[in-house]
Amino acid sequence: MDEHQRREYWRRNLRLMAVLLTVWALVSFGAGILFVEPLNEVVVAGFPLGFWFAQQGSIITFVILIAVYVVRMDKLDAEFGIDEYEEEVHHS
Amino acid sequence: MSDIQTWTLVFVVLTFSIYIFVAYRSRVSSTAGFYVAGGGIPAPANGAAIAADWMSAASFISMAGIIAFAGNGYGGSVYLMGWTGGYVLLALLLAPYLRKFGKYTIPDFVGDRYNETARLVAVVAAIVVSFVYVAGQMAGVGLVFTRFLKVDPTTGVIIGMAIVFFYAVLGGMKGITWTQVAQYTVLIIAYLIPAFAVSAKVTGVPIPQVGFGTILAELDALQTELGIPEYTAAFGSTNMLNMLLITASLMFGTAGLPHVIVRFYTAKSVRAARYSALWALFFIALLYTTAPSVAAFSKLQIIEDVNGTALGEMPSWFNTWSEVGLITQADGSPVADLGADTVVSYSDILINNDIIVLASPEIGGLPAPIVGLVAAGALAAALSTASGLLLVISSAVANDVYFKKINPQATEARQLMVGRIAMGGAIVVAGYLGINPPGFVAQVVALAFGLAAASFFPILVLGIFWKNCTAMGATAGMLAGLVTTMAYMLWTIDIYGNGEGIFGILETGFGTIGMLINFAVTIIVSQFTPKPSPVMQELVEEIRYPGKTELVAKHAQGEIH
Repeated sequence: MDEHQRREYWRRNLRLMAVLLTVWALVSFGAGILFVEPLNEVVVAGFPLGFWFAQQGSIITFVILIAVYVVRMDKLDAEFGIDEYEEEVHHS
Repeated sequence: MSDIQTWTLVFVVLTFSIYIFVAYRSRVSSTAGFYVAGGGIPAPANGAAIAADWMSAASFISMAGIIAFAGNGYGGSVYLMGWTGGYVLLALLLAPYLRKFGKYTIPDFVGDRYNETARLVAVVAAIVVSFVYVAGQMAGVGLVFTRFLKVDPTTGVIIGMAIVFFYAVLGGMKGITWTQVAQYTVLIIAYLIPAFAVSAKVTGVPIPQVGFGTILAELDALQTELGIPEYTAAFGSTNMLNMLLITASLMFGTAGLPHVIVRFYTAKSVRAARYSALWALFFIALLYTTAPSVAAFSKLQIIEDVNGTALGEMPSWFNTWSEVGLITQADGSPVADLGADTVVSYSDILINNDIIVLASPEIGGLPAPIVGLVAAGALAAALSTASGLLLVISSAVANDVYFKKINPQATEARQLMVGRIAMGGAIVVAGYLGINPPGFVAQVVALAFGLAAASFFPILVLGIFWKNCTAMGATAGMLAGLVTTMAYMLWTIDIYGNGEGIFGILETGFGTIGMLINFAVTIIVSQFTPKPSPVMQELVEEIRYPGKTELVAKHAQGEIH
């Protein structure tokens, strides 16, 4: 990768991180805590929605966020031709 | 011997034999094997090992009880969100970059990225955090042995120590990793089977995550009748500020815990490190989305069983747990002081958080083999976490103090020997702490997170994302975060005077403040101190990209500094 490509790779990585971390904060601190009371007015399948986000919804979202991250990073790596994964095992 | 004891013994002997067999098969003879399992663990196995490493006696034994009783439903969500949300931070901000750096321990990364003083502070912080945490695990082992096999807690802890000693000293990280894969399997089966059975029995829906919803309205109504705030109501037991601070402290603490981070060094590659985080959270989520339903089912069942029942008529689980003193009157005196015809109301009795999961099969009326299985699962959870923590302690002593500071010329064989001796010493100290535990199992663990958040998270993230973060900045930041957090905890924690704290902030939430202090101090001091060397800046740039690179490889072999 030349200098320009490297900068592009890092910029796209940071942008992906920013989007995912925003969702991370919205479901946990947002839906689970800050807005839990208004969300609890809505009840789905027996669950007050804010309570559901705090106890289960946020956890499920976290798994999805990491899944999106690994898949998108794989794509990004492929696009920039970084695929020597197995050769880089080293330890001091 | 009762049926339950027989089945417990069968499952404990069976699972312990599996662990010893697995450990013997994966014994090691190199330092890379001892510290990071040779760095060649495939992502799904590494994920299962992280999950077992991660889910401790607190997650398995205490969490559902804390949600049901101490947190009264909603309040317990801090643990659910906090202990899983940290994995998003780990996956995105730390795992791939630390793997690329390719070291053995956190202090190793800190020492290389910053300087030797920073390494020393990191060694102390890693050891403090790990010992605080391991004490809770050993206490959990004692609890399981006491209740299920009727041996005294000291004997229970010693049996646990002997098992960990065998597989950790023999196999180091490699032995620990493969044992943890087996332990994860045991603990998740043991957790899910009773949860599915209870859910099917109570609601007719065998999936607890779904069945959970069908009983919430009933539970809310019951609690209102008893004069307790509704189970699902927000901020019944914790206010919004503390909910935010404790959740954040547990999240950032998770991302800074040395025994979890070291697991990304055991991954095969940068890509495997990312996938390890995904597998880990998936495996953890299986238990963490089940725990709140176990909490709700048990609470409903307990209120229905106990409220308005005469003491002589109580179900058998009530009697077995009140005999060992984990169910008492509200003022803490034994239930046996009351006459057999006393009719109890729910608020007259106090139920220890730690019994919910262990008792849930009995409460739900499930057969004895399942009760025995749950006991084996609880032991798997406690032992797997203990072994991961002990490895952090022994590698901090052997690699970061002995090899890097005292005797850099030490041969491979000698380093390994020192590692094994350090491991043995750490196990003995951990056993002592387990027999004389410094406090409540889960509370002590929660404090360890605050300390990890306040010491490690900021300097790891800044070390990766900010080339100009300096050694002096990181050292000052770590010290400031660690000292303020410890001081606040000692000041406010019950045993030392029960202070009100500042703005009513609980000691378990202060880690977030300590972390912000750490960030601020690191950034400010970095502005006024000498910048990292150009090679180091280039290296920090380099770890942003996966793939093979000359610079990182050379640096790892100690050819450039």
